[in-house]
Amino acid sequence: MAKKIVTALVGAAVLGMGAQAAQADTLSDVKAKGFVQCGVNGSNLAGFGAQDSAGNWSGLDVDLCKAVAAAIFGDATKVKYTPLSAKDRFPALQSGEIDMLARNTTWSTSRDSQLGFDFRAVTYYDGQGFMVKKELGVKSALELSGASVCVQSGTTTELNLADYFRSNNMDFKPVVFESQDEADAAYNAGRCDAYTTDASGLYSIRLKMANPDDHMVLPEIISKEPLGAAVRQNDSKWLDVVSWSHYALVAAEEFGITQANVEEMKKSANPDIKRFLGEEADSTLGADLGLPKDWAVQIIKAVGNYGESFERNVGQASPLKIDRGLNALWNKGGLQYAPPIR
Amino acid sequence: MAENITYVRDQFIPAAQPPVSDSTIVGWMRKNLFATWTDSAMTIAALVALLYFLPGAIDWLFLSAVWTGENRTACLTVDQGGALPSGWSGACWAYVGDRFVQFMFGSYPRDQLWRPLLIGGLFVALLVPLLMPRAPRKGLNAILLLVALPILAYVLLLGGHFGLSHVETTLWGGLMVTLILSFVGIVISLPAGILLALGRRSQMPIVRTACISFIELIRGVPLITVLFMASVLLPLFLEPGNNIDKFLRALIGVSVFASAYMAEVIRGGLQAIPKGQYEAADALGLNYFHKMTFVVLPQAIKLVIPGIVNTFIGMFKDTSLVTIISMYDLLGIVKASFGDSGWITPVTPLTGLIFAGFTFWIFCFGMSRYSAFVERRLDKSHKR
Amino acid sequence: MAIAQARTGDGEPPKVSLLYNPALRSYVYQILTLVLIVWVVWYAWHNATQNLARANMTSGFGFLNSRAGFDIAQSLIAYTSDSTYFRALQVGLLNTLVVAACSIVTATIVGLLVGIGRLSHNWLVARLCTVYVEIFRNIPPLLVIFFWYLGVLALLPTIRTIFQHVKDNPGAIFFISNRGIYMPAPIFGDGFGLVVAAFVAGVLAAIAFTVWANARQRATGNRPPVLMVNLALILLLPFVVFLLMGMPLSFDYPVPGSFNMKGGMVIGPEFLALYLALSLYSASFIAEIVRAGIRGVPGGQTEASYALGLRPGPTTRLVILPQALRIIIPPLTSQYLNIIKNSSLAVAVGYADLVAVGGTILNQSGHSIEIIAIWMAIYLSISLLTSLFMNWFNAKMALVER
Repeated sequence: MAKKIVTALVGAAVLGMGAQAAQADTLSDVKAKGFVQCGVNGSNLAGFGAQDSAGNWSGLDVDLCKAVAAAIFGDATKVKYTPLSAKDRFPALQSGEIDMLARNTTWSTSRDSQLGFDFRAVTYYDGQGFMVKKELGVKSALELSGASVCVQSGTTTELNLADYFRSNNMDFKPVVFESQDEADAAYNAGRCDAYTTDASGLYSIRLKMANPDDHMVLPEIISKEPLGAAVRQNDSKWLDVVSWSHYALVAAEEFGITQANVEEMKKSANPDIKRFLGEEADSTLGADLGLPKDWAVQIIKAVGNYGESFERNVGQASPLKIDRGLNALWNKGGLQYAPPIR
Repeated sequence: MAENITYVRDQFIPAAQPPVSDSTIVGWMRKNLFATWTDSAMTIAALVALLYFLPGAIDWLFLSAVWTGENRTACLTVDQGGALPSGWSGACWAYVGDRFVQFMFGSYPRDQLWRPLLIGGLFVALLVPLLMPRAPRKGLNAILLLVALPILAYVLLLGGHFGLSHVETTLWGGLMVTLILSFVGIVISLPAGILLALGRRSQMPIVRTACISFIELIRGVPLITVLFMASVLLPLFLEPGNNIDKFLRALIGVSVFASAYMAEVIRGGLQAIPKGQYEAADALGLNYFHKMTFVVLPQAIKLVIPGIVNTFIGMFKDTSLVTIISMYDLLGIVKASFGDSGWITPVTPLTGLIFAGFTFWIFCFGMSRYSAFVERRLDKSHKR
Repeated sequence: MAIAQARTGDGEPPKVSLLYNPALRSYVYQILTLVLIVWVVWYAWHNATQNLARANMTSGFGFLNSRAGFDIAQSLIAYTSDSTYFRALQVGLLNTLVVAACSIVTATIVGLLVGIGRLSHNWLVARLCTVYVEIFRNIPPLLVIFFWYLGVLALLPTIRTIFQHVKDNPGAIFFISNRGIYMPAPIFGDGFGLVVAAFVAGVLAAIAFTVWANARQRATGNRPPVLMVNLALILLLPFVVFLLMGMPLSFDYPVPGSFNMKGGMVIGPEFLALYLALSLYSASFIAEIVRAGIRGVPGGQTEASYALGLRPGPTTRLVILPQALRIIIPPLTSQYLNIIKNSSLAVAVGYADLVAVGGTILNQSGHSIEIIAIWMAIYLSISLLTSLFMNWFNAKMALVER
C-alpha cells in the first residue's frame, strides 16, 4: 500500500516537472516579458557601463542595450540592467539570467565556441595597453622588464599579459585583483609599477585618478580586443536583432542620419536611406528581423548614430576624450563597417 | 627512606609580614600592578606601550583630524597639493561626513530615503521592547517584528506598488544592506535551524542522514564558496530564463549558511534537556509535534540563547563577505569609495575602514553585551 | 475493565487506523523526504544540463589539463603560464595551507598569551587583554584584512624610497616596503643536508633524554638538568656539524633592480595582510577559549596541588593544563577550522589561494560548476581531516583521566 502511494508520488513529481522547450528563442521571450535584460559592467566603467547617483545607466555598451530595446519595443527605457563582475558575467548569460551581455567583453575563439556564446557586432575595437606613473620615466612597454603589473583576474588581459612578457623574454610580477576597484586602489598606492587593461579602460581609470596628468598610457597596444555584445549560441534570430541594432547605428552614421535629423531624413530621396528607415512602401526588412518597420528610426531616436553615441560616451564630448582611431567608419580609416542594409 | 624524599619540605618558611592595607591607592597598586618582579616588569612594559601608541592614536583620530571640507584637498598636505602642513597625517572625517548618506543607504534615491528610515524606526521600536524582559506582550511583539516587519519592509523598500516608485535592489547599499541581510538571515535561520536540529536527532535514518549531510557540508566549507554557489550556480540550477535578483541570491546564501550553524547550536540545547522531559511528555500522550513545541524546544532554546546570539553576531560580521560577490554592503560601499577621485588621499582608506569597523563593532558589541545580560539572568532563574 | 479486556481479549493489539501507525508514518515521512531530495537534485541537474546544453558547454573535469595561460605571483612550486589548470589549483591549495598553518601557529601563541593575560592578577595587563579581545572579536575579519592591506601596509615606504635608502646605506640587507618585506634568501651549499640530519638527530635525542629524565625523576625524585642538555643537543650538535662541514650556507641579498628589488626573499603584502589579520582576529577567539578552559578547572585543584608541595610552574603544567586542555580542545578545533575557512578571504586582497586561483580558472574556462565542486570538496576534506586529527588528540588527552 505504502509503496503504491510512493510510486504514485514519485511518478507525479516526475511528470510535474514536464519536459521543457529546448528551442531557444530569446526574441520571443523578450517580446513576451516586455523588456530586455542586459548584462553590463558592474564596477562603473565610465564610458562603457556606469550608473550615476540617481541610478541611470550610460555608456557605449548601455547604448547598445537601449538600441535593442528601442528596435523591439520602440522604447529605449524597456531595459533592465544587471550589473556584472568579470566573474559572474558568463554564468549569467549561460543560465539565461540575462538576454544579452554588453559588458566590454572581448570576442575570442574560445568564448565563441567553448563558452557557447555568439558574437557578431563589435561595438568598440580595443587593444590592451599599459599605464604607468610619469615619474618612472618609462617610455615603452618593452622597458617594463622586472616590473610589478596590476591586472584584473579572469580577463583576457591577464592571459595577454603573460604571453606578451614571455614572448619578449621579460619577467614581471603579476599583482592580481578580483575587481577593478581593488586594482585601481593598489596601483594608486604604489603596489605596482604598471596597470594593464584595455586601452579604453585605461583612459577611463586614469580619469578617476587623483591627478590624471601624473599617469601616462604607453604607446604599445599588445593585443586585439574587439569588444562586442554576446548572446547564447544557436539563437540566430536574437543574434540578428542584437547585431543589426549595432549595424543600424553604424549605417546611420554612414548615411549622415542623426538623432536630430532622423524625421527629416525619412523624406530623403536616397532609396538606401528610405529602405533603412522603413519608408519604402513594401519594405519587409524590419518584419524579417522580427522587428517593427521603423526599428531603425526608433534606434536613432533613442541613442543617435554610432558617432554620436561614441562622442557622447567616450569621445571628445566625454571626459575620456578618446580618439575615434580604429573605431572610425571604414571610409574614414577605421574598422566600423555596416553590411549593406537591403 | 624518608631522607630521600626531596619534595617534602623540612624547613618552615619564616612568617610573612602582615599584608599592606588594600584600601589605599598605593596598596591597590602594589597588589594589582606591582605584586612581583615579573608583574612590575609587565606593568611597566604595558604602560610604555600605552604611552607610545595611545597619544599617537588620539592625535591621529581626533586632534589632527580634518572635520570639515568639500573634497580631497581638505585632507592633503602641501606636497600632495593641499593646504595641510607637510608630514601631516590624521583621520579625514570630512570624507566620512560627505559620504555618510551613501554609507548608510547606498544609492537609494535621495528623495525616497524616508522609506528605509521608516523601516529602521519601526525596527528599533519593535526590537527594544522585545529585548526588555519586563515589556509585555512578547508574542505579539515577536510576530510583528519577525513576520509583519519583513513583509512591510519588502513592500516599502522595493516599491512598485501603492504608488511607490520601484527601487531596484542594485541601488540598495551601505548599512541598510548589511542590516537587511543579517536580519533576514536571522529570521530564516532560526526556524530552519530548529528543523535541521530536530531532523538530525530524529529516529528516521533518511531524514537524519539528509540533515547531517547538509549541516556538515555547509559547515565544512567557507561562506565565500556558498555565496559563489548562490550567486553563480543558482541561476544555472533553475529553469532557463529565470532571473533571480542578485540581492535575493545573497540572502539565500547567507540564510543557508546561517541555518547550518544555528542547527548545531540548537542541537546543543536539545542534548542538554534531560531524557526525563522527553519521557514525561511521552507519558502524557503528547505527539511529537506537541512534545517538541510545548516541552522540549522552549527549554532547549532558553538554554542556548547565548549561543544563538553568538551565531547572530557571526552572521552579522559574515554579511560583509557579500563585498566579494560585488554587492555593496557597508564594507563594500566604504571600500568602493576609496576609488572615488573626489576623495583619494593617503588617509582615506584608513579613515573609512575605521569608520566601518567602529559601526560593525557597535552592533556586535551591543549584541554580545545583551547576550551576557541574558546569560546572567537565566543563571539566576535556574538557581531560584 | 474494558481496558483490561482489550489487553487480554483475543491476544491481538487494538485496531488502530493505519494513519496513526508510528512505523508507517515514519516510513511515509522518510520517503517524502527522499522524494523531495531526489526531486530537488534532479530538478537542479536537469536545468543545469539544459542550461549548459543551450550554451553548448561541455561539463567534466577534462579542462583541468589545458594550459592555464595566466601567471601567479606567489607560488611555492614550479609554475609558469604554460602549466595546466590542475597545477594552478595545486599552487592555490598549497598557498591556502601555508597561510592557514602560519596563522594557526601565531593565533594559538597570541591567543594563549592573551587568554592567560586576561586572568592575570595584574590589573593593567588584564584590562589591555580584555580590550584586545573585545575589539577584534566584534569586527568582521574581512575588515581586518582590508585594514592591514589598505590601511597599514599600503602606507609603508614605496619602492623608490627603498632604492634611495639603499643608496644612502649600502650595507642594508633587510627592507620593509609597500611591496613586502625583502630579506636575504639562504642558499644551501653541499653538506647542509648533514646539518639538517644532525638537527633531527638532536631533537630525537632530546626527546629520548626527556623520557629518561622523567622516568628517573619518578624513581628517585631527582630531576636531571633537562633544559640545558636538550638545548645542547638541539642547538649545539647541528652547529658543530655546521662548522665541521665548512659552513655550507650563503645568502642571496636583495639589491635594487629596475622596478623591484632583485634577489633575496620577499614576503608580499597580500600574504602579510591575510596572515596578520587571520592571526590577530582568531587569537581573540582562542584567548576566550583558553580563558574559559582555565577557569573551567576548579580552584581546589590548584590548592590541592600546592598542598602537595608542587610549585606554581609544575602546578600549571602538570595539574591545571591537562584538565583545561580537555575543555579547550573541542572549541579550539572549530577555531582552527575557521582559520582555514577564513583563509579563503585571500581573494579580497589578491593572495593566490585556492579560491582566488579557482576563481580565475572559473572565469577563464567558464566551468563554474566543476570549480565550485572542487572548492567544496577540498575544503570539506581539509575540515574532516582536521576534525579527525583533533578528535584523536582529544581522545588521547581524555585518557589522562584515570
